[in-house]
Amino acid sequence: MVIATLAFYLFSAVAVASALMVVLARNPVHSVLWLILTFFSAAGLFVLLGAEFVAMLLVIVYVGAVMVLFLFVVMMMDVDFAELKSGMSKYVRIGSLIGLVILMELLLATGYWTGWVSADMAPDMRAAVTPALDEVQNTVAIGSLVYTQYVYLFQAAGLILLVAMIGAIVLTMRHRKDVKRQSIVGQIYRDADKAVEMIDVKPGQGL
Amino acid sequence: MEFMTDVFGFYFGTFLVILGQSLLVIVLILVALAFLMYADRKIWAAVQMRKGPNIVGVFGLLQSFADFIKYIVKEVVVPAGADKGVFFLAPMITFIFAVVAWVVIPFNDGWVVSDLNVGVLYIFAIGSLEVYGVIMGGWASNSKYPFLGALRSTAQMISYEVSIGFIIVGVLLSTGSLNFTDIVRAQSGYGALSWYWLPHLPMVALFFISALAETNRPPFDLPEAEAELVAGYQVEYSATPFLLFMIGELMAVVLMTALISILFFGGWLSPVSWLPDGIHWLILKMLFWFFMFAMAKALVPRYRYDQLMRLGWKVFLPLSLGWVVFVAAAAQFEWFGGFYARWAVGG
Repeated sequence: MVIATLAFYLFSAVAVASALMVVLARNPVHSVLWLILTFFSAAGLFVLLGAEFVAMLLVIVYVGAVMVLFLFVVMMMDVDFAELKSGMSKYVRIGSLIGLVILMELLLATGYWTGWVSADMAPDMRAAVTPALDEVQNTVAIGSLVYTQYVYLFQAAGLILLVAMIGAIVLTMRHRKDVKRQSIVGQIYRDADKAVEMIDVKPGQGL
Repeated sequence: MEFMTDVFGFYFGTFLVILGQSLLVIVLILVALAFLMYADRKIWAAVQMRKGPNIVGVFGLLQSFADFIKYIVKEVVVPAGADKGVFFLAPMITFIFAVVAWVVIPFNDGWVVSDLNVGVLYIFAIGSLEVYGVIMGGWASNSKYPFLGALRSTAQMISYEVSIGFIIVGVLLSTGSLNFTDIVRAQSGYGALSWYWLPHLPMVALFFISALAETNRPPFDLPEAEAELVAGYQVEYSATPFLLFMIGELMAVVLMTALISILFFGGWLSPVSWLPDGIHWLILKMLFWFFMFAMAKALVPRYRYDQLMRLGWKVFLPLSLGWVVFVAAAAQFEWFGGFYARWAVGG
């Protein structure tokens, strides 16, 4: 377990440090890159928990897709560094307040101060829906849980994403009548007979 | 004291074994890459009725090594106004992620550095991370051509990752596992006839074309379309950083050949039942698919960018998604005698 403990502290330290750098980096593109490192460390922590499926999903979905779009947007922006830095002092108070509230909530929830413990029945209720993890891989466990116990919630989540996607398309798509559009079928069926014309040019006359 | 013996007794030995295995894989692949690069150029030359590299070494066999030394000793030029840290991080990311993807590739039964049970997802995750090398390189160069090339390249790689993902899902449905070794084992039985190329035949073509696009190979090498963008995201790179980019790209190509061989052509399995299985079959299959990559480069003219995007999103995505639905139904209801559900017939 020594290696696992060392790895835990390594991943946690990198996650915390890079999360700090997300806020402190002067260049917004660097902030996004630090955020990617934060996600990556979080994925490492998931692997240590034995949840390699969630870890891989985190990397594929967040690092591989969401952050690339994020990076696209940030790279394209016209950024005024001086203005960004002046905003920093304005938001540092409210930002640290939010951070403090989240920290307090976490401490309360873990029972660090209050001595709260979870109810006796809570572990049983959790165990009732989860297949025994020493028998099945966690990919199989998640799959069977999501597609049996929580299938309606899962489908509802899918529908919400679909609605969001269609909404985004409807909001941004506008058909402009005044632009020329490509007809792919027309391009495919165009052949040399229609496209090329041989003209016998007389010398000294031109076309 | 217990800590020390713990670390240096058990863990250090394991660490050494894993280090040795990783080094073996890396060195063998890097040496193979040198000759594959040479093969690529020779095939390309042969199609165009040229001789290709033929000066350094016998038949020009040492050409790649000469190139290697040339890249190493050239001057590294950093453009003015470049973001230095990101500029040098980008080629390293491309190279490192191209190398670490090989951890989960089984070369023979049990010959794998890390037998992850989410191996396919791991490859997919690493593949999506390789995008960052491109986009960071393009942005950090502080120049318009690399930036445009990087944007193109990223959009292209992300688009084709989607259809590659769906194609792999079909294979996973047939196998019932995310582990590469399990995928190959599920294809054993009647030699070449029980490999996945037969039940998943349309997807082999789609996967090959998507692999060409994903690795930025011709006819989809738009990121480095030299007529428009000079050389895409790597315009400003020289010497060793450029070498890292190039090795990373070529390694991604070889990884794709390995993926095709493992997913659809039975990995290390022998095509006929009377010959023994072994790593040589995997190497032969990979070499065949590398030849196909090289031939595609030599034969096919470059696509236009809007055509590429249309092909990815409007043709490949619906086709592969429909195929997933078909395979799911065929596996669940055991159509064709369990041909699509290897877990059902105990294969």
